[in-house]
Amino acid sequence: MTEKSEINEEALGLAKKYVGFLEAGDAEQADNALAELTDIRESQLFNELGHLTRDFHETLNSFGSDDRFNTLANDDIPDARERLNYVITKTSEAAHKTLSAVEDALPMCESLEDKFAKLNVEWSKFLSKEMKPQEFRALSLEIKDFFETSGADVTVVRNDLTDILMAQDFQDITGQIITRVITLVTEVETSLVELVKIGSKLGLNSGVPDNKDSKDKAEDPAALAGPQVPGMESESVVASQDDVDDLLSSLGF
Amino acid sequence: MNKDMKILVVDDFSTMRRIIKNLLRDLGFTNTSDADDGQTALPMLKGGSYDFLVTDWNMPGMTGIELLKAVRADPEMASMPVLMVTAEQKKEQIIEAAQAGVNGYIVKPFTAITLKEKIDKIFERIDNAK
Repeated sequence: MTEKSEINEEALGLAKKYVGFLEAGDAEQADNALAELTDIRESQLFNELGHLTRDFHETLNSFGSDDRFNTLANDDIPDARERLNYVITKTSEAAHKTLSAVEDALPMCESLEDKFAKLNVEWSKFLSKEMKPQEFRALSLEIKDFFETSGADVTVVRNDLTDILMAQDFQDITGQIITRVITLVTEVETSLVELVKIGSKLGLNSGVPDNKDSKDKAEDPAALAGPQVPGMESESVVASQDDVDDLLSSLGF
Repeated sequence: MNKDMKILVVDDFSTMRRIIKNLLRDLGFTNTSDADDGQTALPMLKGGSYDFLVTDWNMPGMTGIELLKAVRADPEMASMPVLMVTAEQKKEQIIEAAQAGVNGYIVKPFTAITLKEKIDKIFERIDNAK
């Protein structure tokens, strides 16, 4: 006979006695039987509580002695957040630096293009001997002016290109930072898996995520999907601008 | 297509606003302004006599789809052409935008050629409808 059924047997016996005393009208004896019955229940509860407390204690100890958890929560994760913010700052700075250089260089290129086109027309006119001497004098002055200003313009464009080149140095730094954060995320993942394992051993949860909640979240229309990451595309997402155009034209666009 | 038309570019990232404005300028559209979300854009649009709206979808405050719906609901602006330029590529979102009355939909990252094609198409259709 197992321990549990022994206890049940004992409890059943006491319960019968209790009913018997009650029926006989013996209040004192009935009280005693009830007290004995309660004692059995309590000792069972205390036993289970004892086991649970010991398990908890051991788990907490294993976490407490593992400094890594403390460091992760108190230092590494806030540190990673700072670093990722720095990535945003750096990439934004680089984009603005590049855009400024382009905005500076584009008008120079446009004016060079215009001057080239204009001089080309006039030079062709000269070559085909359709130019009057007076016009030629004006042209030679224009050419002189072109040489003087365009040289400076090209230097500016060249400096802008160097600025664009230098703005790309963000990739090195941000790449290193993101690699470190990925390492941290991997470590946190491992730790969380461990935690879930211990939790399920204690019966704190089944170790199975609440599917209903996560599904609801995924279907929340307010939670936008955001940019797609290559290799992680889903069925409900278009792959390219062509797909967007196809979808829209199927809707009558 | 009138190259002097007044265009509002709405995106929460200032770099994207600059890129789009530069591309538009390259296409000959120089009369451009910008706003960083729908909340800022809507008062600008109201009474601002804009001819064309280019907007992102995902923005804090007021999103692009909300802005589009607000524009369509306003009799003054209901017929304003709206081009959406966004990283949102879920089919249901594209359908939602179409149903809300968007005139064009470009997914990021996009090219200068795509932008030109879509703008040409939008105004070609408007001219044909006249």
